[in-house]
Amino acid sequence: MDWITIISTTVKAAIGVETVLYALAAIGINIHFGYTGLLNFGQAAFMGVAGYGLAVTVAVMGLPFWLGIIVGLAAAVVLAIVLGIPTLRLRADYLAIVTIAAAEIVRLIFRSVAFKDIFGGSDGQRGFSDGFYALNPFPEGTYGIGWFSFNHRLLWVLLVGWILVGISCGIVYLLMKSPWGRVLKAIREDEDAVRSLGKNVFSYKMQSLILGGVIGCLGGFVYGLAFASVQPDIFGTETTFFAYTIVILGGAARVFGPVVGSMIFWVLLVLVNGLLSGAVESGIITFMSPVQVGPVRFILVGLGLILLLVYRPQGIFGDKREIAIDAR
Amino acid sequence: MRRAVIAFTAFLGGLIFLLAVPAQAAAPDQGLRGSLKLQGQPVNGVKIVVTTESGQPVKEVTSNAQGTWEVPITDTGKYKVTLDVKTLPPNAEIRGGNAVRTPTVFSGNMSTVLFALQPKGGGGAAADTGTSSFWTQAAQLTFEGINLGLIIALAALGLSLIYGTTGLTNFAHGELVTLGALLAYLFNVTFGLHLIPAAIIAVIVGGMLGYLQDRLFWGQLRRRGTGTIAMMIISIGVALFLRYVFLIFFGGQTESFSQYTAQPGVQIGPISAAPKNFVAMGIELAVLIIVGIALLRTRTGKAARAVADNPALAASSGINVDRVIRIIWTTGGAIAALAGVMLGLSQNLKYTMGQDILLLIFAGVTLGGLGTAFGALVGSLVVGLFIQVSTLWVPPELKSLGALAVLIIVLLVRPQGILGRRERIG
Amino acid sequence: MRAETTTERKAAALAAFKDLARDPGVPKPDPILVVDNVVRRFGGLTAVEVEHVEIQRGSITALIGPNGAGKTTFFNQLTGFDTADGGTWAFNGNRMTGVPAHRVARAGMVRTFQLTKALSRLTVMENMRLGAQQQRGENFWRALIPSSWRGQEDAITEQAEELLARFKLDTKREDFAGSLSGGQRKLLEMARALMVKPELVMLDEPMAGVNPALTQSLLGHVKDLREQGMTVLFVEHDMDMVRDISDWVIVMAQGAIIAEGPPDTIMSDARVIDAYLGAHHDAPLSDKELEEQLHEAEEALEAEIEEETQK
Repeated sequence: MDWITIISTTVKAAIGVETVLYALAAIGINIHFGYTGLLNFGQAAFMGVAGYGLAVTVAVMGLPFWLGIIVGLAAAVVLAIVLGIPTLRLRADYLAIVTIAAAEIVRLIFRSVAFKDIFGGSDGQRGFSDGFYALNPFPEGTYGIGWFSFNHRLLWVLLVGWILVGISCGIVYLLMKSPWGRVLKAIREDEDAVRSLGKNVFSYKMQSLILGGVIGCLGGFVYGLAFASVQPDIFGTETTFFAYTIVILGGAARVFGPVVGSMIFWVLLVLVNGLLSGAVESGIITFMSPVQVGPVRFILVGLGLILLLVYRPQGIFGDKREIAIDAR
Repeated sequence: MRRAVIAFTAFLGGLIFLLAVPAQAAAPDQGLRGSLKLQGQPVNGVKIVVTTESGQPVKEVTSNAQGTWEVPITDTGKYKVTLDVKTLPPNAEIRGGNAVRTPTVFSGNMSTVLFALQPKGGGGAAADTGTSSFWTQAAQLTFEGINLGLIIALAALGLSLIYGTTGLTNFAHGELVTLGALLAYLFNVTFGLHLIPAAIIAVIVGGMLGYLQDRLFWGQLRRRGTGTIAMMIISIGVALFLRYVFLIFFGGQTESFSQYTAQPGVQIGPISAAPKNFVAMGIELAVLIIVGIALLRTRTGKAARAVADNPALAASSGINVDRVIRIIWTTGGAIAALAGVMLGLSQNLKYTMGQDILLLIFAGVTLGGLGTAFGALVGSLVVGLFIQVSTLWVPPELKSLGALAVLIIVLLVRPQGILGRRERIG
Repeated sequence: MRAETTTERKAAALAAFKDLARDPGVPKPDPILVVDNVVRRFGGLTAVEVEHVEIQRGSITALIGPNGAGKTTFFNQLTGFDTADGGTWAFNGNRMTGVPAHRVARAGMVRTFQLTKALSRLTVMENMRLGAQQQRGENFWRALIPSSWRGQEDAITEQAEELLARFKLDTKREDFAGSLSGGQRKLLEMARALMVKPELVMLDEPMAGVNPALTQSLLGHVKDLREQGMTVLFVEHDMDMVRDISDWVIVMAQGAIIAEGPPDTIMSDARVIDAYLGAHHDAPLSDKELEEQLHEAEEALEAEIEEETQK
């Protein structure tokens, strides 16, 4: 087995592109679910509309990069409003079903033949990231020490990505210490009580949905820019569920929970993948074929999610007293 | 609780063992396959010729009733695949006109060869063959919609009853549907049983697994006082887990049962359908009516509705809530398995078949009103009908979209669903 | 604090009620809340049908009635937690019909709930702070700039500390509200409602599920509200308590107001006896009564479960 490759890819995964984009998606979900108690199962759609907003603006309409970013952000805000109006007055499980349905609608539209001219069907869109790489301050080359080396493009993406993660965490930290955050947490506990104290619960839920959606949508940008393409099936429901696993792993309603969760999640996933693939290739494991390694990752995520919620619903760093899972 | 998880793992282990058998028997390691469809309808009887790159013949196959074909290949490398244009239906042609593909076969991989078909004479979707008017088409689609609606209703009934009695929004219910279909496939194709006994066994095993799931897992969680939202997320974990266990042991390909796949259609009035569809609908309807009557008339059924209405009150009036929930899970598992078999019969078997239909099940349940058994029936029929009939106007690839949009609109105007009650506060 | 010497406020309230008729809907000298023709139906069942009622400013008014009389539903209509099928009501002369719950609270009409709604995973102090109005930091953009709300937060905290001390919860200020006992939660809910600085406090069964040792202190707090110039309207079952603290009693049965009067004589009113014991004491229970009993059992159970799961 190629231990060096396995270990180096694992170490890199701790700060890699997937970690960044899932951390952003998970920070958004943490605002929705961890702090406000909103079950948004359509986070992938927020990432999707942002990624496609950027891609279509730049690649199809030929407009500049920064305009694409604005279009993507606006699309996420509009999606939050459209989803929120019918569902935020309803029970939590309705929001879950509606958001997951809306995410599927968005994905089906992106991959449909009818809109192939705009969204590119199941192949998606590419060729919209030049504007981003034109801003790259790093000259061509490889940077870093030993295993931690990246080419200039990846370094630029990671730098921007981690800055976004940092800013998002900062915003969440400031907000959740403020009276605004207090209202959100109170809504999570009992919205009728909050209403009886003169707060406009609907408005706060909507603000939370928009904020979490916008932060999550940054993950969509990071994906699109890092891989220089967007495909519809990247933004499926499983992406959302991965982000939920990450939030619970790191501890819901913790500022850094989603970031730490994302790092642990991807390190484990990459490690397991490396070990299994290595073991299959070198003939240590004979009952599996290489193509079966991929599904094993998902099985482990599923199992991990079950075990976490059963044994440590507060996550790795959470406080048992303040588990953000509805236990009423 | 530790016991519960060990038991659950053992249960899943057993499941893996059960499913492990077809893994060896099913599908060759590598090869070529494809699926021929014209406007969403499978095209059968089309000849596909596979040769090596140099022209050495390998195999000739024809597409089956699902429009699929498959050629197992021993040596990896480049192959030439030719579609015999003469065997296409007279109204179909290959998009782009090129009837030859040269795919590469990799070790342990089934490569898909794509031939996109379109109606002759026009690239558009609305090309009418002239034989079917709008109304015959509408009647045909209504029939298909009822067919789909009944299948959704079978699955939705179980989901709705489980939700009503335990408060669990079960995202793994789609996997119970898949499980039923795959179990039937196991007994039918791998063990060579006729489909009818295989289906019966699948339904029985599905019911047993439903019972065990509650006994060993969900019931234990309830006893621990796990919240409904935590349980909902746990069910997502279960769904992910099961789905990819299916993928490992069943594979990513599309399969069909050994019997009743290629049935010639019969014409009844404006509707043309294979006889299996009529029989399937009959069975679905019968099962739904039996379950409905059981809910209305039997002691257990009444108890189940009482528990759904108010578990605490039901318990205080002497109903054994745990027993009722266990019966519900058993029934739910069994009818979900039946839904899987029926879905496999009318479409195809795939490891994602349950996931694909899950949102439609949710749509049906929500449309009818969460937790109301009869609402689920009505809602599902509406969803099924809506999906099929909407293809009169929207492209088939977007047909589910309409149903999901309707779900959202209904929640906007009547959140309690068609048959649900407006909740009384305080 | 006990009522050995009647205080000025109490005397004023009693004077206002002195010569009033005992008819339902009798006009009061200085009403803070005036309700007309409020109707709420659930399917075929009419839960509330109140023709006219007025609540006297500066008094403690009790709303009593047998189970299923529609008291809580009536509360929900008035406070915007449920939509009435018809009717109008005015608070301080302002029309409140159809006003959403949070605006009702802002207008100065604050309620508590039958099943206590402590925000379990917030601390006692956070619960209190939440009640404050006009906190600038509750705006999204200002929340990002701590200096814009810090000063106000300190003032709010001070005010909250005073109230907590008065309600003897000051030692619990950093505990999670979920860790309090049932009675302490009731106290917290009342204190939190006071943070809104209401004119009218509406208490839905303030004594339900409270340990008898705490009852006296809760009673004292309710009386205190009047002493501070607030108006209190409360739903209660315990007649001893009603007699002890209320200045005026309104009786509801089957959704309608059937009688009003001072607490010491209201229970001898024939209409009230009929409502409580049924006009036909010996006749078997009707379907509706059965349903009410069922509802009662249901509520008790739900309360029990809530209590159980919140531990």
